[in-house]
Amino acid sequence: MTDPIAPNLIDPAGHQLIGGRHKQSDRIVFPFPSGPEAAEYEKLPLAGEGTLWSFTVQRFRPKSPPYAGADDERSFKPFALGYVELPGQIIVETRIKIDDFARLKIGMRMELAAIPFARATGDAPLTYAFRPAA
Amino acid sequence: MSDVHIIGAGIHPFGRHDDKSGLDQGVIAVREALADAGIEWKDIHFAFGGSSAAGNADAMLPRLGLTGVQFINVANGCATGGSALLSGYWAIKSGEFDLGVVLGFDKHPRGAFNPDPEAWGLPKWYGETGMMLTTQFFAMKIQRYMALHGITPMTLARVAEKAFENGVKAPHSWRKQPVDAETILNSQMVSDPLTKFMFCSPAEGGAALILASDKKMRELGLAGPRIRGAAVRTRVNGSFEVFSPSLEVKRGPSPTEIASKVAYEMAGVGPQDIDVAQIQDTESGAEIMHMAENGLCKDGEQEKLIADGATRVGGKLPINTDGGCLACGEPIGASGLRQVYENVQQLRGRGGARQVENPKVAYSQVYGAPGLSAVAILGA
Repeated sequence: MTDPIAPNLIDPAGHQLIGGRHKQSDRIVFPFPSGPEAAEYEKLPLAGEGTLWSFTVQRFRPKSPPYAGADDERSFKPFALGYVELPGQIIVETRIKIDDFARLKIGMRMELAAIPFARATGDAPLTYAFRPAA
Repeated sequence: MSDVHIIGAGIHPFGRHDDKSGLDQGVIAVREALADAGIEWKDIHFAFGGSSAAGNADAMLPRLGLTGVQFINVANGCATGGSALLSGYWAIKSGEFDLGVVLGFDKHPRGAFNPDPEAWGLPKWYGETGMMLTTQFFAMKIQRYMALHGITPMTLARVAEKAFENGVKAPHSWRKQPVDAETILNSQMVSDPLTKFMFCSPAEGGAALILASDKKMRELGLAGPRIRGAAVRTRVNGSFEVFSPSLEVKRGPSPTEIASKVAYEMAGVGPQDIDVAQIQDTESGAEIMHMAENGLCKDGEQEKLIADGATRVGGKLPINTDGGCLACGEPIGASGLRQVYENVQQLRGRGGARQVENPKVAYSQVYGAPGLSAVAILGA
């Protein structure tokens, strides 16, 4: 079993993102807050399906730090990312698992897909992504 | 309460200057602004200034003169220059002071910015997994805007083409080569739908303005544009901002829309009164979206306006007449004041080959991380 990249981000099985619901106002947030505000929120499992709200493709390797990928300038492979609207909950920013970037279209149905993220430190913790729904 | 005027303006050219520090460029801009107004550093009552990455502004004091002047360092991210201007404006408007300088300068390393997630109150994984880039935000904002409002990639290219066309004519710009729309469109894709030539780059430069009360201006026998409205606003729930791991489903206004409304109200003018505008063009799409957010057109009208040349010098609404961030680059601390500098030049008829015909009211707006906008409206 791979550990998630951060606590309170995704359930260890990789089936759900963990959001927060403000106990007083019902306002939904993601990621789940850390620090003193955490006490004001209860955990809220987020929907595993939604629609693509916007997207782009990261064509160059981001600077390290903060980027911690195990790749280098030569081995870096462009990846898609975007925002997925989880109906009635929140719009989350996410990496997108897709081979053909030309298929990306605002409004398309997406589903959660946890992926290992290979870090330069040698480990590969679990992070979240979305992919076009089957 | 006093009216506030800009009686002097100075700039150190934007671009790359390996032989000068950021602070050097700030000092040069201040000296040029003082000379422009025909006054001396010892006459100055206050200074507000800053940089994002090139050190404390008050480090220039030994070089300008240890006059005991109150000098306040401003650090407000991309709105550092705009915040310095607003602080100086308030200092004079309140009646507390009559003559001061506001300034900004910067010097950034090459390539995209690499922010520290924790410094922005964000979790480490957000940066580690490659989602913390300003370029991505701008790309995703315009991607959605294009889908909703029928903007085409050619319009993105035309914005950059116009920027380089204007940059050629501005002595303080960085990019001095025209680039045609086809080349821009077909250049390397950086973050879809934005290509290399559609993005501005971090750069270097300095800008300074001398502010004076109405009374002081007359006493000195000078003249200069009046600051009719100035406002800085930050993000609200539901706005779409840079470095946002999530957004609320219920959408809200942008900080630019809010600051813009406030500034128009203060100035007693509306978008129809604006003769020339400098608006944040971190990339081509930002200029397009900011046209609407600043009330200069309705969503979607940009497609035709830009194709018709309305935003070029000589068009009915000239925008970014010195080439904006696209042609000048973006030294964060100086960028907002460069816009105001350019408006001062335009209002004084000093625009040379890029001069707009007889402008009366000039508008500027700077936008930056983590979601703030500064607007200034100048006029008679």
